[in-house]
Amino acid sequence: MMTRILATQIAFNWRRNLSAISGTVILLACLFMVAVGPSLVAQNPYDVMQLNLLDSYLPPVWLEGGNPNYLLGTDGQGRDVLAAVIYGTRISALIGLSATLLSCVIGTFLGLMAGYFGGWIDALIMRVADIQLSFPSMLIALFLMSAFGTGIDKILISLTAVGWVVYARTVRGSTLGERQREYVQAARVAGLRDAAIIWRHILPNVMTPLIVVATVQVGTFILIEASLSFLGVGVPVTQPSLGLLIKNGFDVLFSGLWWTSLFPGLMIMAMVFGINLLGDFLRDELNPRLK
Amino acid sequence: MTTEMQPLLRVRELRTWFHTFSGIVKAVNGVSFDLAAGEVMGLVGESGGGKSVVGYSLLGLIDPPGKIESGSILFDGEELANAPERRLREIRGREIAMIFQDPMTSLNPVHTVGRQMDEMLRLHTELDKKARRQRCVEMLESVGIARAEERLESYPHQFSGGMRQRVVIAIALLAKPRLIIADEPTTALDVTIQAQILRLMRREIRQQGASLILVTHDLAVVAEMVDKITVLYCGRVVETGPVRQVLEAPAHPYTRGLIDSIPDPAHRLPRLRQIPGTVPDIRALPKGCAFRARCSGAAAICSEVEPSLVARAEGQSAACHFPLVSGETA
Repeated sequence: MMTRILATQIAFNWRRNLSAISGTVILLACLFMVAVGPSLVAQNPYDVMQLNLLDSYLPPVWLEGGNPNYLLGTDGQGRDVLAAVIYGTRISALIGLSATLLSCVIGTFLGLMAGYFGGWIDALIMRVADIQLSFPSMLIALFLMSAFGTGIDKILISLTAVGWVVYARTVRGSTLGERQREYVQAARVAGLRDAAIIWRHILPNVMTPLIVVATVQVGTFILIEASLSFLGVGVPVTQPSLGLLIKNGFDVLFSGLWWTSLFPGLMIMAMVFGINLLGDFLRDELNPRLK
Repeated sequence: MTTEMQPLLRVRELRTWFHTFSGIVKAVNGVSFDLAAGEVMGLVGESGGGKSVVGYSLLGLIDPPGKIESGSILFDGEELANAPERRLREIRGREIAMIFQDPMTSLNPVHTVGRQMDEMLRLHTELDKKARRQRCVEMLESVGIARAEERLESYPHQFSGGMRQRVVIAIALLAKPRLIIADEPTTALDVTIQAQILRLMRREIRQQGASLILVTHDLAVVAEMVDKITVLYCGRVVETGPVRQVLEAPAHPYTRGLIDSIPDPAHRLPRLRQIPGTVPDIRALPKGCAFRARCSGAAAICSEVEPSLVARAEGQSAACHFPLVSGETA
């Protein structure tokens, strides 16, 4: 009942918020590209056998010398830029989403522990978080990646190591607040064990702000991953994400071969822009302090 | 109520202290009382007098820096002071339940009332799902909630304050506990429904044959509800006895003061009567009687020797060097 009211209220405001609608449309377009895109392009950019080196650095189709097989041109290995962008978006989105999910789970768990039990557990977790926050997250990720080497699994670990802090701090703060509420005392008086109190009573009450944090973080993670790949410590060259595509094109950018960098760049921009628009809307909707 | 029976609850010299940076807060400092099965006791005192801490101590829910320093809590012959947490968890809810002050916050806003009731039964009974639901419906009906079956699916915010407190009472009684601690159960409610909720609570608790400790600062509530009254001041029992006896002939000046502070519409005074002064800093209680600074009858001995609880008449005891005789004002 409550969720139904909440849903209609949000839907109502959503219909009246142009940026929320734009954000949703952009994200749905990205989702469509990621889901259906690969079957729409002829070439699999990850399959070296399908690449034709003779077709390298072809310009987009509307320029002189463009080939209708390659709508947005090709890169140095004869890879179709459109296909590469579609596949790259998949990698970027996958990394952004799974790293956010991982950070969220780990950060929330640690935040709950710190906030509920307090004492040395709290001190330990929060001091680690403080130390972590005193370094730029890019630096930590860069450091970890150079230690681990490239790979999607390793980039997930690095991003999670960077990202959990936000959740831990947010959740710890709300947990401290919820813990004082009488319903938590009531649950203790009823004879519930700590684990049940945390899981069934506190967690559902501290989750709302996480949705906002998580939405914005997907965008941030996509950017960090792109930067890492751009710097050459991200995904392996055989599975280029958007960041790596930009880097590949960057080497020849000043030779006038702009298309190999521009289109992946625009794609990142569109995706993060859409996420932020929607994130702003969610923040306004779900933040109880703004009501 | 008879006192010959083995009491359900026997508290002796209970001390619950909080070790804070600014000193030891002796919130409960040597409290003793007995409670028979089915008996209703009022625990009365000013804010900060340690009333609630007594309740939490009984349930073993004192968080650091607080600690039960010494004393004994015998519940049905079993020692609860510093009992293992596992045993205490079994007792909480099943044997001893608690009703909180504010029904707005003592229910979890994100779960339906039915789910919160079910949780209690799942924890403390062997009933299957259908039987649990049946019991929840019965319980809600008995606390006067109409369309109980439907209301199980409602969230707390869909109830009014009084209705919520009914739900809280229903949850407390679900597992048929033998002792219920109600911590200012009507303070947060509209005056118009306070009496209604109190009577309901008393009726339901009577019906189950449970005992009740009613923590309150409201003597008017006490007069109507309880069999026996225990007055706390600065963590100590200053007076205890049958409610009629204590209210009609208080022996301790503090009790007298509390009674006199109740506004009496029949005799309008230009100002409400009050007890002069404030509660002393409980971290640094003066030697002797803690009440002496506010007491008009204080003498030299009061600042030297702390008075102990002495029997006066028919189960009434008071901790005062110069107990009031019947009819005397402080």
